Amino acid sequence: MVKADESTGTTTLNQTQPTPAWIKFNDDEKIALGGSWTIGEAERLDKELVVIHDGDGSRIIINISELERLDTAGAWLIHRTRKALEAAGAEVMLDGMNPEYEVLLNEVAANDQSYPPLLHTNQLAEWIARTGEVTLDTLRRARDFIGFFGLIVLTLLRTVTHPTRLRLVPMIHHIEHVGLNALPIVGLISFLIGVVIAYQGANQMKQFGAEVFVVNLIAVSILREIGILLAAIVIAGRSGSAFPAHIGAMKEHEEIDAKRTLGLDPIEVLVLPRLLALVLAMPLLAFFADMMGLLGGGLMSWVVLDIKPDQFVERLGNAVSLWSFWIGIIKAPFFAVIIALVGCYEGFQVGGSAESVGHMTSRSVVEAIFLVIVVDAAFSIFFQLVGV
Amino acid sequence: MSDEAVIRVKNLRTGFGDHVVHDGLNLEVLRGEVLGVVGGSGAGKSVLLHSIIGLQKPWAGSIEVLGQRVLDLEPPERAALEARWGVLFQDGALFSSLTVAQNIQVPLKEHLNLNQRLMDEIAMIKIGLVGLPPESGRLYPAELSGGMRKRAGLARALALDPEILFLDEPTSGLDPIGAARFDALIKRLRKTLGFTVFMVTHDLDSLNAICDRIAVLADKQVVAIGDMKQMLNERHPWVVEYFHGPRARSAGL
Repeated sequence: MVKADESTGTTTLNQTQPTPAWIKFNDDEKIALGGSWTIGEAERLDKELVVIHDGDGSRIIINISELERLDTAGAWLIHRTRKALEAAGAEVMLDGMNPEYEVLLNEVAANDQSYPPLLHTNQLAEWIARTGEVTLDTLRRARDFIGFFGLIVLTLLRTVTHPTRLRLVPMIHHIEHVGLNALPIVGLISFLIGVVIAYQGANQMKQFGAEVFVVNLIAVSILREIGILLAAIVIAGRSGSAFPAHIGAMKEHEEIDAKRTLGLDPIEVLVLPRLLALVLAMPLLAFFADMMGLLGGGLMSWVVLDIKPDQFVERLGNAVSLWSFWIGIIKAPFFAVIIALVGCYEGFQVGGSAESVGHMTSRSVVEAIFLVIVVDAAFSIFFQLVGV
Repeated sequence: MSDEAVIRVKNLRTGFGDHVVHDGLNLEVLRGEVLGVVGGSGAGKSVLLHSIIGLQKPWAGSIEVLGQRVLDLEPPERAALEARWGVLFQDGALFSSLTVAQNIQVPLKEHLNLNQRLMDEIAMIKIGLVGLPPESGRLYPAELSGGMRKRAGLARALALDPEILFLDEPTSGLDPIGAARFDALIKRLRKTLGFTVFMVTHDLDSLNAICDRIAVLADKQVVAIGDMKQMLNERHPWVVEYFHGPRARSAGL
């Protein structure tokens, strides 16, 4: 237990049971303060002190000789009260001062600085200003992103002329991470979507007695759109978050600056291996997604419509041309470039705080998925126009 | 300074895996003093600090802070004890998503129930006490320089007017002028607020400037403790090398 030390009656810092703080109004001109004026009592004292904030031009004596403890918060309350009384025209005297309190009270008085107020401006003006700010920021980011893209193209061209500069080992490491390790989840999702399409399709087609066209439905939707889109969205979630988090953390630890000083080009070392790995892995992932989707669709057709696997394959050959397959695969490298560029770009935008890493990561994922879908829609229109 | 010990470490034994950091370490910190803890890299200065404030569980031994055995406390008692000390981590360890004023208010919100206006006022006083300009209350840690971050971290450590202040290398990373100012700040605040300081440091200048006593960690124990005069007469080889080396001479010891 802590030794009690109340006998001295002054600022003992021992945690004995402190006397609650009190305020006594002896008459209009005399106020006595006592007990322990500490931060734990501050809320209560703050409320009680409100009543004596209106002085009436007289002399007021505040007696603090019975204070047992005083900390910064208590000293601030005394100082604030005195200031308010003086502002109301009273003359205030502090009585019963001891040297310790005096130091503290003087220090608090010296640091009496008001909280910088928020600027109150016109709401409408603020709204317009914010709109402008966001617009400018978006344009600036678009410009930066195009610049980043150009930088990568240049670096890529340089690598083409000097192929030995290509970092093969990191690239293969990234292929493993973005491609191979994504196989289970991409496969599972595609398989399940294939099952869902077959099941829903079968229900609809049955009404027209056209069950066998379920195969066409599955083949066209999976090969042309669903397979690659699912693969791209899963990768945008995986790599679209891993890239900016990794590069952002490197930036925070000055690893990127260190690379520069060692003559290493961060684009060449960090971006190209990721970009090329994704460009190589994405078509393979799309192919895998296609196959798993067809497998899921085929199995479900067999179960609900009794279309045997050999019938399914035969029907598949009639339903789609090789082009349907290639249309899906052709899009893969484009999506890969989008995901890698957005991820790396946002990684380089990280700065300042741990929060910023999280912010850029989520932005990267959202932007990558959004752009993938926009570009997919553009491809749809394009293929419609050229008639494949 | 009185003879009452506010921190009492007895037979402390700590380590990681099969690496022993402290073995049979004893240390007492007296009320009101500034104790500087020095030792080579890896001597266990930070581990000692972390053990005392409960961030690291020792293998054996007892640690008493303000008369309470830190290791045996129930969570509510622990929280009450934690409100009575403040810790300044090496780079301030400010919460990066909060402004400086909000950082200072975190302990106030956690331990007390104060209205926002009063908390703002208290935060501004602390900002002033540690020598930061009022505008810094609205800034985020990323917008501060290293020296300002340390001051802001100190302001947060002082939020509840603690009885003990733990400082982990408070002057590391500061330029000599900033370091000297920080020393002066600690000295002034101690006079005003009357706290005890437990300071881990490498800085001979600040040992000389503000420490009442110095404890030397070596060989898994406190090999020497006393004021600067005693340190200069110590015989332990590490102490001799530390206090009589070229850096000590340039510090004017």
